[in-house]
Amino acid sequence: MPLRTEELLLNMGPQHPSTHGVLRLVVTLDGENITDVRPDIGYLHSSVEKMMEHRTYVQNVALTDRGMDYLIALNNEAAYCLAVEALAGVEVPERGRYLRVIFQELNRIASHLVWLGTWGIDLGATTLFLWCFRERERELDLFEQVTGGRLHHVYFRIGGVYADVPDGWAGACRDFLEYFLPHIDEYHQLLTQNPIFEARTRGVGVIGRREAVAMGASGPVARASGIAYDVRKAVPYEVYDRLGFDVPVQASGDCFARYLVRLEEMRQSVRIIRQALKDLPAGEFRARVPVAMKPPRGEVYVRTESPRGTLGMYVVSDGGESPYRVKIRAPSFSNLYALTEIMRGWKIADIIAILGSIDIVLSDVDR
Amino acid sequence: MSTGMPPAGTGVPAEPQPRRTQLGPLAQVVEVLDSLPGGGLILTTVESALNWGRASSLWPLTFGLACCAIEMMAAFASRFDLDRIGVIPRATPRQADLMIVAGRCSIKMAPIVRRLWEQMPEPRYVISMGSCATCGGPFFYDNYSILKGVDQVVPVDVYVPGCPPRPEALIEGILKLQERIKKEPFLRRQALAALDGRAGAR
Repeated sequence: MPLRTEELLLNMGPQHPSTHGVLRLVVTLDGENITDVRPDIGYLHSSVEKMMEHRTYVQNVALTDRGMDYLIALNNEAAYCLAVEALAGVEVPERGRYLRVIFQELNRIASHLVWLGTWGIDLGATTLFLWCFRERERELDLFEQVTGGRLHHVYFRIGGVYADVPDGWAGACRDFLEYFLPHIDEYHQLLTQNPIFEARTRGVGVIGRREAVAMGASGPVARASGIAYDVRKAVPYEVYDRLGFDVPVQASGDCFARYLVRLEEMRQSVRIIRQALKDLPAGEFRARVPVAMKPPRGEVYVRTESPRGTLGMYVVSDGGESPYRVKIRAPSFSNLYALTEIMRGWKIADIIAILGSIDIVLSDVDR
Repeated sequence: MSTGMPPAGTGVPAEPQPRRTQLGPLAQVVEVLDSLPGGGLILTTVESALNWGRASSLWPLTFGLACCAIEMMAAFASRFDLDRIGVIPRATPRQADLMIVAGRCSIKMAPIVRRLWEQMPEPRYVISMGSCATCGGPFFYDNYSILKGVDQVVPVDVYVPGCPPRPEALIEGILKLQERIKKEPFLRRQALAALDGRAGAR
């Protein structure tokens, strides 16, 4: 008598410690093998795009912190401010642009540290979580001295930044970078040669160059598949064209490659911050912008490189005090789609490794 | 060590002995029990001991919704380390007795929060962390998708304000909850409920 088998439908989430938020994956299993994955999103939909139509341009900066990807508040603010500045023709002073670069890169490091720590927990390396948050806390102290907040800053303004950095902050920031660089090697020591980690990530969740382009993957996910594309290089904004940094690229497209790309990105961020601190010009840090600003009628689309990929901001103005329409092109949304498409054929345990390697934030997916 | 005998030949009256040495070891236990709040009756003493144990091992559900979950993670991590007050996250509601609703709760998520709370064994507690979970916070106005306060679906014991609250604020909230648990007459309540013929206590 032949063994009777049937497909198993498994609901993963919305409450699951490894979905990094409230994502629900409807997985169809044939034994251990995945035959289909359907992501069910929207559990954190916060209607932030609609809310922005009801608030003034200046007020919306605070919404980008919370309504969008909450781990990279400053990068969201930068994308929004750049869009409105392009719409209204505001020129940001030099010092403001340098400060924005410094804070965006600091936030990139903080975001990658959270990703590494939580992915470590998913793969069974609890030590990593404690190590990454140890470094992150020191970084949040730096944020707190300038912006007053640990997670949500509302530091960037249309036309520059809210306030100048306090005396001695640049030195404290250099000290942190000195302290932080050796810790990247520490993570390498813990993971890169670790046989358990390699078994779970190397060769797992491969997304080819062609698929990555076709499905709109961006950021570290695309760069791990051999696509040397970084918005900071391709369409430089702020002062990125004056700062020297490399774009790390890996060819293999697996989870391990995505891990290597992100670790190298942290090193490049340190390099950028050091140069920006050295070149930081004196002078004004914010342009004079009226509180009730009314950009002329028109529309603009601005691309930035957020820690998760290409973050686009599309703003339409009808000449009023608040935007007519705001559309956010969220990097996590496309990356999640790309990787759930290639999950078919892998084992059920690999879902955790693949999902963690995308570095999704559900607030970014759902908005 | 004093032998407890007055020194011979001095004629000075012996100092009054501490009560502990006059009583046996069993009496020492009684003395400790007497010092417990509401001591004397064996029922309340057991209750205090149980409450002390319950308050010192609050196991929250690993359940993050939004930004506040990052601060909750920070509270569990290196600098703040919630383990030292006995708070250890559990990944399943069946083993948890505390739910920290960290972040904004959408209308789509609300039935799931309710179901998770129903899956937790009693006695169970809920901390509403942050403005969004408490009242909708920055998502109160002009919003069609966020629940205006998680207390519409689950009963909340402690509200922690902030957007997001700092890890210190969350720790303060947990300490407040511990104080409350230590004073809770939950055995008496269950006994009364049993006498009344009711099944549940809460």
